[in-house]
Amino acid sequence: MTLVLAGTVAVLYAVGTYLLLQRTLTRIVIGLALLGHGANLLLLLAGGPPGEPPLVGEATSGVVSDPLPQAMALTAIVITFGVLAFLLALAYRSWAVSRNDEVEDDVEDRRVAAGKRASVHDEEVGQ
Amino acid sequence: MPAALLGLHAVVALAAPIAARRLGRRVLLLCAVAPATATVWALLHASAVVGRGEAVDVHVAWVPTAGLNGDFRLDAFALLMVLLVSGIGTLIFGYAAAYFPATKRDVGGFAAWLTIFAGAMLGLVLADNVILVFVFWELTSITSFMLIGTNHREAASRSAATQALLTTGAGGLALLGGLVVLAEAAGTYSLSGLLTAPPGGEAAAWGIALVLVGAFTKSAQVPFHAWLPAAMAAPTPVSAYLHSATMVKAGVYVIARFAPAFALLPAWRPLVVGVGVATMIVGGYRALRQHDAKLLLAYGTVSQLGFMVVMFGLGTPDATFAATTLIVAHGLFKGALFMVVGAVDVQTGTRDIRELSGLRHRMPVAFSVSCVAAASMAGLPPLLGFIAKEAAYEGVLAGELGLTGPLAVTGIVVGSALTVAYSLRFVRGVFAGPRAAAVVPRERLILVAPAALLSAASLLMGVAPLLVDALVNAAATAAHPEWETYHLSLWHGLTVALGLSAVAVAGGAALHASRARVERWQAAAPRAPSASGGYDATWRGVLAVARRTTGVVQNGSLPLYLMVILLTAVTLPGAVLVADGEWPTATYTIGSWLQIGICLLAAAAATTIAFASRRFTAVLLLGAVGYSVAALFVLHGAPDLALTQMLIETLSLVIFVLVLRHLPSRFGHRPQRIDRVVRFSTAALVGLAVFAFSLVTAGARTAAPVSQEYVARALPEGHGRNIVNVILVDFRALDTLGEIVVLVTAALGISSLVVAGRLSRHERRASAGDST
Repeated sequence: MTLVLAGTVAVLYAVGTYLLLQRTLTRIVIGLALLGHGANLLLLLAGGPPGEPPLVGEATSGVVSDPLPQAMALTAIVITFGVLAFLLALAYRSWAVSRNDEVEDDVEDRRVAAGKRASVHDEEVGQ
Repeated sequence: MPAALLGLHAVVALAAPIAARRLGRRVLLLCAVAPATATVWALLHASAVVGRGEAVDVHVAWVPTAGLNGDFRLDAFALLMVLLVSGIGTLIFGYAAAYFPATKRDVGGFAAWLTIFAGAMLGLVLADNVILVFVFWELTSITSFMLIGTNHREAASRSAATQALLTTGAGGLALLGGLVVLAEAAGTYSLSGLLTAPPGGEAAAWGIALVLVGAFTKSAQVPFHAWLPAAMAAPTPVSAYLHSATMVKAGVYVIARFAPAFALLPAWRPLVVGVGVATMIVGGYRALRQHDAKLLLAYGTVSQLGFMVVMFGLGTPDATFAATTLIVAHGLFKGALFMVVGAVDVQTGTRDIRELSGLRHRMPVAFSVSCVAAASMAGLPPLLGFIAKEAAYEGVLAGELGLTGPLAVTGIVVGSALTVAYSLRFVRGVFAGPRAAAVVPRERLILVAPAALLSAASLLMGVAPLLVDALVNAAATAAHPEWETYHLSLWHGLTVALGLSAVAVAGGAALHASRARVERWQAAAPRAPSASGGYDATWRGVLAVARRTTGVVQNGSLPLYLMVILLTAVTLPGAVLVADGEWPTATYTIGSWLQIGICLLAAAAATTIAFASRRFTAVLLLGAVGYSVAALFVLHGAPDLALTQMLIETLSLVIFVLVLRHLPSRFGHRPQRIDRVVRFSTAALVGLAVFAFSLVTAGARTAAPVSQEYVARALPEGHGRNIVNVILVDFRALDTLGEIVVLVTAALGISSLVVAGRLSRHERRASAGDST
């Protein structure tokens, strides 16, 4: 268990979270990518001590790293990439349509929070 | 066979809307086939079930381990209920066909819902699995909602339907909870099994209390009774069927089933008898104030339901027998009275007893039918209602009931006196008085015929109780095994019961004679807190609390929502992590110099991203982090991962650049709703939690890894030396297939988003060209 690796995972998570709490869509996407890197490292870290690559018949010493977390992390890398690309396409579309790449407040929620009736339908029922 | 009957109801209900296009309102006659078949089926089994006391059991295993089975049981009590539900149901369908004008809209939909209700009610009384009981119970609530809301263009109908659904629906949830608690305590989900070996202990007591709450809401007991008078917004056939003869008796039915097994629990009798007596008196008192004949009957139903709850709730053999007689008598006279009210409404256009006058001349058949039914309701000889009431007095007097005995007797006498008074008020109000000036068309016999049948049955069974004697005795034995056959008869000699009956009738007659004074007194009496007011207040309160909570929790800021989720994720597992306090004993090393260098690089690059003001800088730094991670993979002994990471990182960079060239180079500067310090602290907390988590996971690795098996089988079975690859394409190939599906889905989404974006730009250019 290498402490410096655990520290790196923590930093990646912290910065990723910080960026995720922003308004700008680009920052959010980058934050998600950082969280993905952190998660992949964490998978590996949780999957046992480092060792030689898990290849049959190639090991020279006795210590071989666990292949299963690696398979999981590999899947995770690819999936994260798919999500990332999709989010970027969303950001692109948002820009193309409204010249805006920011996450807006939910209008309906703001109305409720301001103490107004949620919608026209509700008012009709209330009468 | 029960399943086939239910299937028949479902098929008929599905066919009704289609058939209605050709048949119009006559589709209701077609639908009557379903309940008629059920009635015939029950009658065919009568000799075995009633005569020899057997029970027809049908067991269809579905998920036995979870107690979910299609168990049905036709014992004598269920048979009596089937005859009420399906027998009266058949008459109601015929009545409805005459009741509605030929031009009624959507008669097919109405017929379908009424048929579904008939099926659900049939299923409810036949079900022998507690979950099945709940399912049918809920189905009757839902169909009741749809049927009350038949005239959904009127606000009153809509709110009445909602009130009925919310009240009985909440009770249904209580019932489900109670049934599951009882079934778990008893170790069986079979209703008959549960009742033959009732569980004891505290859990069972809570379970039975919840079941009672469900029964009280469904059977409109105080303080949940307000929905039933409101439900009179439904068309009269619905009121006659659901809200007097059958559905409201579902709660009574459940109490009838559970009382013999649980009546000896200390709280049962005071609770059930107290609620029942209160309901009897409140219902009767309110009935005396009503001017709408249908509402008068509705409050009368509330009162009678209280009566039945008292009798079944006592749980003694004698009281159960009396209640069984009462449930038959009530079905007959209340069904008839409602149908008469509907006929009067159709013929005169009003149900207000202040406007109706002299109808006994214009509607003589309806008048005589009403007289018989109301007399049965008031408990006058020689009708079935009288016999039932006598049996009730005797049942209460025979049992050793402690203090609940006198309470029940007093309640029944007072309630019966009120019943006599409102029965007189009904007949007098609707039919008496001088001939009205308004011309009433000739009586339509087809509208009165079903009511006449029911009233005739009341009379015949009163004069010759032998007709119903065997059925009621067998049903009482099925509901309460200790009951020994006792023959119903009109004359028992000069007994205490007869005296109590006389007192009640005299009291009721006196109340009616001084009705003007009673009405003045009722108007002057301080208004008790009304149950419908309680319902309205609850409804408004729930909405207000929901609105306020939503306003605080959902203030519209997406980052805030995210922060709540993140902090929850940190706090709950973090608290467990700290509270458990077992720090792992794994050996921790700092790492090699090379590793430290790469880690520092990655951390520095990541931290700088947070402060970057240009998009491009941020993306390049992200690339630096990605390649550093790839290097760390190599050091960890994962070359495949490193390779994938390099490729993906490069691809990501390309896509980022493709998108970013459209966006401005700097990030925007809109103010955030959450303070920077709060965001920073949240991020730091998440980082800390992940750090602690990674330390613990390393130490938690104590068992032999699963992957040893993969390592051993990679070459001989997967024919590959690279174990990671073999896992991905061989052992866990389905996972990889899922991964590919995700990628394809993302690709489809991306391409459509990009193409759509292009189109819109193209269109914008086109529209710009138009305007110039």
